[in-house]
Amino acid sequence: MIRFESATKQYPDGTLAVDALDLVAPSGQITVLVGPSGCGKTTSLRMINRMIDATSGRILLDDQDVASVDPARLRRGIGYVIQHAGLFPHRTIIDNIASVPLMLGRSKKEARAGAMELLERVGLDPRFAQRYPAQLSGGQQQRVGVARALAADPPVMLMDEPFSAVDPVVREQLQDEFLRLQSDLGKTIVFVTHDIDEAIKLGDQVAVLRVGGRLAQMATPAELLSNPVDDFVANFVGRDRGYRALGFESVTALPLESEPTVSLDSSFTAAEKAAVDGWVLVLDGERRPQGWLAVADGPSATGDTISTATLRRGGTVAERDGTYRAVLDAALSSPTGRGVIVGPDGTFAGTINASRVVALIEARAEAPR
Amino acid sequence: MTSMTSTSSSPWHFFGYFLDHRSQDLSWLWTHAWLSVVPVIIGLLIALPLGWLSRRYGWLYPPMVSITGLLYTIPSIALFVLVPPLLGLSSLNPVQVPIALTVYSVALLVRVVADGLASVPDEVNQAATAIGYGGVRRLFAVELPIAVPVIAAGLRVATVSNVSMVAIAGTIGMSNLGQLFQLGKDLSTPTAYYPPIVLGIVLCVLLALVLDGLIILLTRVLTPWRRAVPSR
Repeated sequence: MIRFESATKQYPDGTLAVDALDLVAPSGQITVLVGPSGCGKTTSLRMINRMIDATSGRILLDDQDVASVDPARLRRGIGYVIQHAGLFPHRTIIDNIASVPLMLGRSKKEARAGAMELLERVGLDPRFAQRYPAQLSGGQQQRVGVARALAADPPVMLMDEPFSAVDPVVREQLQDEFLRLQSDLGKTIVFVTHDIDEAIKLGDQVAVLRVGGRLAQMATPAELLSNPVDDFVANFVGRDRGYRALGFESVTALPLESEPTVSLDSSFTAAEKAAVDGWVLVLDGERRPQGWLAVADGPSATGDTISTATLRRGGTVAERDGTYRAVLDAALSSPTGRGVIVGPDGTFAGTINASRVVALIEARAEAPR
Repeated sequence: MTSMTSTSSSPWHFFGYFLDHRSQDLSWLWTHAWLSVVPVIIGLLIALPLGWLSRRYGWLYPPMVSITGLLYTIPSIALFVLVPPLLGLSSLNPVQVPIALTVYSVALLVRVVADGLASVPDEVNQAATAIGYGGVRRLFAVELPIAVPVIAAGLRVATVSNVSMVAIAGTIGMSNLGQLFQLGKDLSTPTAYYPPIVLGIVLCVLLALVLDGLIILLTRVLTPWRRAVPSR
């Protein structure tokens, strides 16, 4: 557990970078510090491993004041990932990852064996081991950065905008893998970002800081979206927050409609007969939804069969016990207005339309939680 | 030693001159090589802490670079002559030339070391600090290896310029290839006699090329990572 006790960083010219910050980052969870530039989020992060020393107040790491620990020794026990990875250009990937174990006095063989395991754990091909950082893409380098931070198996990880220098597609991959990794490892993580969406996606709890280094609100992502403490937080959390908040609540007892379906290999004539309002849902052999067939599109060019080319596959599919957001999106994105709902094994369970989902959401809102 | 077995005074006769005085010329070449290299090595060892300091404490950089730069403007012949009295040595002491050349090497290399350390990307330094490299450890494990290309470029300049300055020390009586120029001058009365002068130039250039090549080779060995090209 990391505990800030009115930690303050004031520069000699009087500027307050962090102003009496009180905050607890619980063990085994991801605590995200988020805020506009100048809010002191990176300064706060660096006060934990003493890259910046607090001018007053203190920071406790498992009840020990970090100011009482030698900085270099303190840092070897804390993983650190920065924006551009900061890999050592003169060392191979494997030796980059093995840096901290070697510093801690482990044998070269042992350190490299551990590094090979980590390389795979962060999703990199073992053949990258002998390459140099310049030979890797930005996203790959960032994975190596994460592996290097994990190499000595530190209980605490500090991450300073680790995914913000890569393109959005890679960023999303890295975020997903990071969450998967964390669910295995259960590290105590403090994560800094300026991106509220990233904060909400990754954080078990999110601390919103305002310019001048003051804590505006500390809450779970759902709480932050549904109950921002003031205008600053509300504006920072941004638009669509009512809709985004639905992503944190699972539906219970979804009232599903039955829906006529046909399988991929049935004839077009059978599909035409089954259709409701000119649409019929097509399933594969394992009863997984494939798309909607519009009767008006006609049969396939080769005869009385269903044409896979004209299947409408645009709609999203939600799980029966998914979030309100997923279920509502399934209804809104369906070309028929009937949202496709599946069971946990991906087989078709039924449909629901948007007005019924909204009714559910309203019913939930009427009963104060 | 100035006995003349060769007779042609054509500049192109330098090779014949070399063959006739081979053992003397080779011994001068050998001393010349040592006098060129050792001061650079000692100069680098002195410049490393000075360069590190002027990088570590930014305010030191301008005065450090100016002062060491000024040293370089002292004419070499004056420095050779001044070193013995300043250090209380007898004149024509064998260490006077290495000491003077070390001063020049330091003058050149302090800036090179400071700039080399400055060439290390900021995020690399930050990452090194953040994962627990202390000051000295970071210098040797991270900063210096990455600064090798910049420092090596400075070493090449220092070494090659030392080769030419050692020759000047030859004209004040020190035993090296510079003696060939003195000899050529002495033998040029009453008529010009070029072979030793041309030989001196040729050997100096060859020596400079070989030493330069050695530094390039050493740099390549030390920086395999620079040849690693993006594989996609």
